[in-house]
Amino acid sequence: MRAGRAGLPDTSRPPPAGYSSHGRLERVLRSGRFAVTSELNPPDSADPAEVYDRALVLSEVCDAINAVDASAANVHMSSMGICALLSHAGYASVLQVACRDKNRIAIQGDILGASAMGVMNVLCLTGDGVQCGDQPGAKPVFDLDSISLLQTVRTMRDESRFLTGRKLSVPPRMFIGAAANPFVPPLAYRADHLGKKVAAGAEFIQTQYVYDLDIFERFMARVRDLGLDRKCFILAGVGPLASARTARWMRANVPGVHVPDALIDRLEKAGPPKAAKAEGKAICVELIQRLREMKGVKGVHVMAYRQEEFVSEIITASGVLQGRRGRARALPAAPA
Amino acid sequence: MYALRLFAVRHARFFERFYGFFEATYVAAAPLVRRIGANRLERPVAAVERTVKGTLFDCRMCGACILSSTGMSCPMNCPKQMRNGPCGGVRLNGHCEVRPEMKCVWVQAYEGSRRMAGGDAILERQPPVDRSKEGCSSWLGVLRDKGLVHREPAA
Repeated sequence: MRAGRAGLPDTSRPPPAGYSSHGRLERVLRSGRFAVTSELNPPDSADPAEVYDRALVLSEVCDAINAVDASAANVHMSSMGICALLSHAGYASVLQVACRDKNRIAIQGDILGASAMGVMNVLCLTGDGVQCGDQPGAKPVFDLDSISLLQTVRTMRDESRFLTGRKLSVPPRMFIGAAANPFVPPLAYRADHLGKKVAAGAEFIQTQYVYDLDIFERFMARVRDLGLDRKCFILAGVGPLASARTARWMRANVPGVHVPDALIDRLEKAGPPKAAKAEGKAICVELIQRLREMKGVKGVHVMAYRQEEFVSEIITASGVLQGRRGRARALPAAPA
Repeated sequence: MYALRLFAVRHARFFERFYGFFEATYVAAAPLVRRIGANRLERPVAAVERTVKGTLFDCRMCGACILSSTGMSCPMNCPKQMRNGPCGGVRLNGHCEVRPEMKCVWVQAYEGSRRMAGGDAILERQPPVDRSKEGCSSWLGVLRDKGLVHREPAA
């Protein structure tokens, strides 16, 4: 696509018919290819090189790179900051917006700013509670929730207006996403809740880590019954478990992560740390391959905390790219 | 009060019916409210509402009550003030991510909604709360929304 001023992708023109954005992720999904996204773990640093080093690794194997927004309520470089850097360098990014830290004034402003910078995807999240992060004394905002946030972004994009009705001269052209966690109570309601997100504007979904395929298959069956797999693109979340100990720690400390005992046993039987890590990788590759066969799953979202190289190895080993190069590029080439 | 809040969810069907009668009654009384002046009634009515709903549901007086859509479980008791359904952090035992000693408000809401005749209202999308209405009576708000009394509450 042609570059706008300042070398950023030009998003002021309307996208092609049937598309919400000019972005690669939407193009890959709508063309029926299996999409791969991953997340860039934000640095505790003001050095852009730390972002670019990680982006370079991920861009080879991904269609878009998520810039996480203080996940688990820990302070790092902001999603907006990372997206700005990625846009400048020509990478396709996903802006993550958590309702925890910003009210509707800040969020709507950020959506416009991100779109102006050429960010073509946005993931609308509620956000983890402040108590689980490194700043438990912070004031939790939660002015909107994930669904009212989705509606807000869609109103801005499709109706060219802010929540209050004030007009926008050029709307943000963004592919809108949401998260889903099929693994925590109320299990029977989770697919219907996804339906609510889709009705609010979600076009792609990135799920919580899938470790329990039985629960996920039951969830997907209900999703298909509701016809939601035809109304949105579901990317299943996956990630390697480094050892039985980390798996137990994640289960106990990371909100919303469910790891079944069978997987923990498998990691335990693998033995020493190196063998356990290899087993963790094997499990992850297997999960990706099985998810790929599951009806209604249109891609995977690979997450591994501060292990971008490992993510790349896993995606390559899983064979889901089928020879095509991922390349989370918005522009033809990144500046040298 | 927490125990009463759980009781209300267990008896969501009863409270749904009761509120149905109650709403019909105060809607019928709209001409009287109009004559006295809704703004003049705001403080006393809000005080009654705060006491009754505060006791039963731990009501936080958001001014935009949606208990009928949330299985009689007040969503403003959710530490994230989720008004459209549970977050992804619910614990496997159905308790809250932020306050582990408390049952998740939305796990409760889902259970309550299954007991109600109009329980599928849980699927309706709720707009962002108008924070400027915090502390106002949602009963008078219903009359205002229906256009039965003067629209804006006194500042």
